[in-house]
Amino acid sequence: MRAASLNPDPIHSAADSAPPLLRAARISRHDPVKGALLLHPFSLDVNAGDSIVLTGATGSGKSLLLRSLVMFDPVDEGEIFLKGERVTGRNMPVHRSHVAYVRQRPAMVEGTVEQNLRLPHTLAIHAGHLFARDRALRLLDALGLPAAFLGKLARDLSGGEAQLVALVRVLLLDPLILLLDEPTAALDAGTTAAVESLLRTWAETGPGQKAMLLVTHSPEQARRLGRRHLHISDRRLQPEVGTPPADARSAGPISADS
Amino acid sequence: MSPDHSHLTYLDLAIAAALILVNVGLSLALRLDLARKWLVAGLRTVVQLLLIGYILEWVFAVNRWYVVVLLMAVMTLIAGHVSSGRSALKYPGMGIDGLISVWISAWLMTAFGIFAVMRMDPWYDPTFAIPLLGIILGNVLTGVALGLERVTEELQTRRDQIEMLLGLGATRWEAFRMAARPAVVAAMIPVVNALSVVGIVSLPGVMTGQVLAGVSPEQAIRYQIVIMFLIAAASALGTVLAVLLAYRRLFDLEHRFRYWKLEAREPA
Repeated sequence: MRAASLNPDPIHSAADSAPPLLRAARISRHDPVKGALLLHPFSLDVNAGDSIVLTGATGSGKSLLLRSLVMFDPVDEGEIFLKGERVTGRNMPVHRSHVAYVRQRPAMVEGTVEQNLRLPHTLAIHAGHLFARDRALRLLDALGLPAAFLGKLARDLSGGEAQLVALVRVLLLDPLILLLDEPTAALDAGTTAAVESLLRTWAETGPGQKAMLLVTHSPEQARRLGRRHLHISDRRLQPEVGTPPADARSAGPISADS
Repeated sequence: MSPDHSHLTYLDLAIAAALILVNVGLSLALRLDLARKWLVAGLRTVVQLLLIGYILEWVFAVNRWYVVVLLMAVMTLIAGHVSSGRSALKYPGMGIDGLISVWISAWLMTAFGIFAVMRMDPWYDPTFAIPLLGIILGNVLTGVALGLERVTEELQTRRDQIEMLLGLGATRWEAFRMAARPAVVAAMIPVVNALSVVGIVSLPGVMTGQVLAGVSPEQAIRYQIVIMFLIAAASALGTVLAVLLAYRRLFDLEHRFRYWKLEAREPA
C-alpha cells in the first residue's frame, strides 16, 4: 500500500525540483491469473542524460520490468511518472509515445519495411509528425542497410533485421526514452557496433534531454553503453552500486513505506 | 384452401422418419461410428419439433401479448446462450456479451419488421411474430458466434502486433481495430453470401413453407425479401455489438490489452 497519507499530493512533490524524466514508484507485478509474484516492488528514477544497462539472468524479470514502465501488464500497485506527471489512462498514449519500448522479438505488420516504418505515423498521437523517408534512409544507411531494404517484405526479415526496423521505427518518432530489450541479441559484431554508435549519436543530439535503458547479456556492451548499471535477480531489482537508490533521493511519500 | 397433400398424418411422418435408416445404414456400411449419433439426432428432431409445435398451438390459442413475449424471451435466452459457447477461446463475461448482442439486435430488427414493415395488428400476432423472431435469431446467433470466435482468435494471434501498436502510442481503439476488422468481415461474409445466392442456390425455408402452405409464390417472395433484409441488418448489428462488447472487456482504460483474460475453452 502506498503511504499517500504523508503527502496527499505526490505529483506536486515530484515536480517541485526538476523531476526525473521517468519515475517508477513502488511498482510490483503478480501473475494476473495465478497470483504468483513476478516482480518484487521496485522504484527507479531515470534522469535526463541517463544511459542505463540492465542485466540479469534469463527469466529474472528484465522484460517484465521494461513492460511495467510502459504499463503493458496489470500493475498491482505503484505509479509511473513522466516528467513528474502521473501516468494515467488519459495520458497513456502520450506516455508511450515518449517512452519507446522495443521488444526483443519485434512485431511487424504485413507489408513492406516502409509500410512498417510508416505505421506509427497513422496513429492519432503522431498526427502532424510526418514520415520522413529521407531520414529513414539515413538511419538505415547508418545501420548498413541499402535503400532497397525499404521495399523488403516484413515476413522475409531475419530476426536481426526486424530488430533494426523496430529500432528505426521508434527513432523516427523522436522519443524521450528508449527502452531496448536486447536490441543486438540477433546481430553480428559489425552491426552491433553500428547500432551502438547510432544510439550514442541519438543520445548526443539533444544532450541531457533523453535517456536510454537497455537490457543486455553482454558485459562488454554493458561497459560500452552503460553509465548506470542495474541488476535484477530472483525477480528483485538489486540496489544500484555507485549511484544512490532512487528512493533515497526522492524524500517523498513514495519511499515512505519502503 | 390448402390442398389435401399438404396435410400430413402421423403415418406420413413415420415414413419420412424411416429415412434415418439410410443414414444409419451408410454409417454402418462405412464404419463411421455415427449410427448412434444419427438415431439420437433424429429422435431429437422429432421430439423438439413436436414439443415446439404443441407450445406454439397453445400460444396461438391463448393469443395474449405477454405469453408471446415470454416465449420470445425464452427463445432469445437460448440463442444468446449458444452464441458464446462455440469459440475456442473464452473470457469472463463472454456469455453476457453474447446474450446482450443477440437480444438487442434480434429484438430491434424484429420490432422493425413488426411495426415498420408489416405494421401488424395486433402487433404481437404470434403466427407472425414468433416465426419472424425465430428466423432472425437463428441468423443473429451465427453472426454473434462467428464474431466472438473470430475476434478472440485474432486478438490472441495478433497480441504481439497489438502491443507493438500500443507501445507506439496507439489508443486502445486504434490497437483493437487491427483485430476487429478481419473478425467483423469474416463474420459478415456468410450473410453477404446468403443475400447473393438466395433464390438461385437456396430457397429459404420460410418461403418454401409458405408456398407449401398455399401462399402464392409472388407473395411468399415479398415476405422473403423483407426477411432477408431484416436478417442482414440484425446479423451485422449483432456481430458488431459482440465485437464491441469484447473490446470493452479485453482493453482497459489505461490502454492495456488484457490478454490474460483470454483462455482456451476446455474441451467439453
